[in-house]
Amino acid sequence: MAGYTPATDREQAEMLAQIGVDSIDDLFAQIPEEVRLDRPLNLPDGMSESEVYRLLAGLADTNLDAERIPSFLGAGMYDHYVPAIVEAIISRSEFLTPYTPYQPEVSQGGLQVMFEFQTAMSEITGLPVSNAGLYEGPSAAASAAYLAMGQTRRTGLVASRGLHPHSRETLATHAVGFGASLIEVGLEGGLTSGAELEAAITDETAAVFLQNPNFLGAVEDIAALGEAAKAKGALLVVQVDPMTLGILRPPGECGADIAFGEGQPLGNRLDFGGPSFGFFCAKEGYIRKMPGRIAGETEDVDGRRGFVLTLQTREQHIRREKATSNICTAQALNALAGMIHLAWLGKQGFVELGELMARRTAYARGVIGSLDGYELLHDAPVVREFAVRSDRPVEEILPLGDESDGPAPRLPVYPLGRDYPEYEDSFLIAITENRSVDEVGWLAHMLEHGQAGWDAHIHEHDEAGNPVAGAAQ
Amino acid sequence: MTETPQQADRATTIYEKSVPGRRAAQLPPLGEGVEETPIEELIPPKLLRETPAELPEVSEPEIVRHYNRLSRRNFDLDTGFYPLGSCTMKYNPRLNERVAALPGHARLHPATDPADAQGALQLMYQLQESLAEITGLPTVSLQPSAGSQGELAGLLLTRAYHADQGRNPSKVLTPDTAHGTNPASVTMAGYEVVKVATNEQGGVDVEDLKAKIDDDVACLMLTNPNTLGVFDENIAEIASLVHETGALLYYDGANLNAIMGQARPGDMGFDIVHVNLHKSFSQPHGGGGPGAGPIAVSERVEPFIPRPQVVRVEDGDGEFFDLDYDRPKSIGRLRGFQGNFGVFVRSLAYILSLGGDGLSEASRLAVLNANYLKARMSEGRAGKYLPVAFDRHCMHEFVLSGAPMKKELGLKTLDLAKRLLDFGFHPPTVYFPLLVDEALMVEPVETEAKEHLDGFADAIDRILEEAESDPEIARNAPYTTPVRRLDEVGATRNPRIRHAG
Repeated sequence: MAGYTPATDREQAEMLAQIGVDSIDDLFAQIPEEVRLDRPLNLPDGMSESEVYRLLAGLADTNLDAERIPSFLGAGMYDHYVPAIVEAIISRSEFLTPYTPYQPEVSQGGLQVMFEFQTAMSEITGLPVSNAGLYEGPSAAASAAYLAMGQTRRTGLVASRGLHPHSRETLATHAVGFGASLIEVGLEGGLTSGAELEAAITDETAAVFLQNPNFLGAVEDIAALGEAAKAKGALLVVQVDPMTLGILRPPGECGADIAFGEGQPLGNRLDFGGPSFGFFCAKEGYIRKMPGRIAGETEDVDGRRGFVLTLQTREQHIRREKATSNICTAQALNALAGMIHLAWLGKQGFVELGELMARRTAYARGVIGSLDGYELLHDAPVVREFAVRSDRPVEEILPLGDESDGPAPRLPVYPLGRDYPEYEDSFLIAITENRSVDEVGWLAHMLEHGQAGWDAHIHEHDEAGNPVAGAAQ
Repeated sequence: MTETPQQADRATTIYEKSVPGRRAAQLPPLGEGVEETPIEELIPPKLLRETPAELPEVSEPEIVRHYNRLSRRNFDLDTGFYPLGSCTMKYNPRLNERVAALPGHARLHPATDPADAQGALQLMYQLQESLAEITGLPTVSLQPSAGSQGELAGLLLTRAYHADQGRNPSKVLTPDTAHGTNPASVTMAGYEVVKVATNEQGGVDVEDLKAKIDDDVACLMLTNPNTLGVFDENIAEIASLVHETGALLYYDGANLNAIMGQARPGDMGFDIVHVNLHKSFSQPHGGGGPGAGPIAVSERVEPFIPRPQVVRVEDGDGEFFDLDYDRPKSIGRLRGFQGNFGVFVRSLAYILSLGGDGLSEASRLAVLNANYLKARMSEGRAGKYLPVAFDRHCMHEFVLSGAPMKKELGLKTLDLAKRLLDFGFHPPTVYFPLLVDEALMVEPVETEAKEHLDGFADAIDRILEEAESDPEIARNAPYTTPVRRLDEVGATRNPRIRHAG
């Protein structure tokens, strides 16, 4: 049993003597008998470190992760290459093990990271104010709704169906508590319907939610769509994929009042969905209504530059029921990973990565869109993800092999049917710098010729001995 | 006063280290057959960015040096004692980091078909079952991202539960000792906060509760042991008072580390519990996250839990773990995908390492450590200037009042906290709970050795001794930290929250 506890029997006896009791049980006497647990917890006995490792590594081994199959899954979280320095830095005890920087004199590292992160997020979104991060993308949508409702004193929320389904569902869950109503606006040709959007926005609309690129991968004309929100005095709130902002016009230049998003593509693992971080940026006027932590620059008593958590009167630990948000523990370490990745990409690399994704995606879209039995769901411009319609049910094309002996592995593309009954025959394909031309060839082969022997294709090797996906092509 | 070398090394941001033309990233080539089409031909120019975002231009060695240097400007748990009350700063086993980093976990896409994520879903299922046993409630949802999101989930469950019975109560009761997240979550769930007073033993004032509970109350949110480190002995009476009116009882699991294997919220009558995996279950705090805030619920609340839920399905050949979306009464989603899975891996590794007996022992030693340190601090100068607020055996933490210290030595709790930094200790939580004047909330946790508790008590004594002759020393502390006391008022008045390029 690994208790990670140092107290020896002798020390325990000394401590009990100092306290003036005979046993630890005496300390628990304050728990009334009737609510005390009179049996051991029904959990397995403790295990050695090597046994725990073996057990969990065994479970991990049954998952088909992006190391073992080329994953074209996206839908908000993407298989980017995370540079080695990210793990090296975030594994340092000094970043890994402290808590929220309540004592700034001994938390300058974490506070300065927050300040740098806020700067970087402001720069990429084109909005002057950023917080130090939220939980993840969809719950940041709820935070935006809360801010917008407080700001406008209105209760209507309007969301494009191009907004991530998880963001829409999260908004709907929170709307019950906020006393808000949520209306959805449909898509036409892959893009938010301008006419339907305009019709949905009223004098009671607090916020209009768009996403860019939208869930189908299409690049929206945010500035044009946003006019309708402006005309009625509603806040324009835009969810953005941060990795596309190297090339796409930032939300701040499209009239957005608030931009938020899922930070996973920046330096964070897929981790089956988390932990990652959310980001939240806004126009200057909303600085005192922001949710979450914010670091600010200041000076110490000797005039040295330093950083503190600032504008804390917004926060729950000061403001309690009048706080701008209930958030306490957020995702500081994940935001640090994002900052390191952005610094590593740098001013040039951030643009180059956006261009690389757009060009490879254009290539993949051409290859997949011209396969027999498949066509593009829409032909709107895209950056890193696109939607394909199949003339067979999607469920039929996913299994990679014979299913007579149980489920076969699934082709790692995102079926749209669960979230969009109207696109039941379609799926999404996501491209990153990790998805090579060979792997696109493998995907095309799997889609066109059936799926038996999928792993043989992946595990073939070129003359240099490097694994080549799709070598059978 | 002479500056320390670290103080002399002034803060510079990564932006100030930027040199035009420098870079770290080397991206892979486009690939054979991929054309270098101008981006304007792929995406209409009006939708494109005109000028690149101002990100730093730095080489990889400079990035590593920069963040390593920054890291040394943090105090952390691996360096020293961190008795931050209510935060359960226990040791973070490195095994947990290793298993979380395995590619089968770390590179598993959240939209992977359940058939290809059986290991991950089984892991989540096993964690759900373990937390159900520890909390004494039948059903666990892992989805909430942190404690406060667990609270909000619990309150939305409360709303759904009442609505399902055709009721719409408007108030939620919280003790005046509650964490700030409780009232903030109550407001976000559309309820009105009503405060319940604390009795002389530090528990809920039952008479005040009786006066305030009626059928317009949706639920009572409690932390037990509470934020004073005291177990509420009247819990059974409180539970029946609450349930008689049809209200639910909510358990803030921030203090679960006191009672694992000793008592269970479900057995006390709680309907909804949130658990902070970053407290009791050793997920590293990361400088302010990530965490996770799973909720455990009673049978009557189960139909409303967030979706999707991880379920185990028996089929002919064995078992299959699936994501169940078909939950018509569910409150819906609180966030994207399935929750903070990486945190689940670490917490399950922790639970497996300790086992049932180990968890129980952890709580017992946490309570022993807290009572020992409290006993040490009841003597001498600490006993004189920093009396325990509610003097009785505590659970895993205790609260001191700095009021006598302020009156007799002219030293505020803040001054004591800042002086502790010079002695190499992270201070306790200060000025919380609000109920206690000049409060210091101390949580020593089970993974701290006796000599560190002694060292802390000795440091407090030395600071108080020093203040008896010269309180100015503590009033101007700290002296040895990377920066000294910072102008927080100025930072708020004139917010500078990003590098001005």
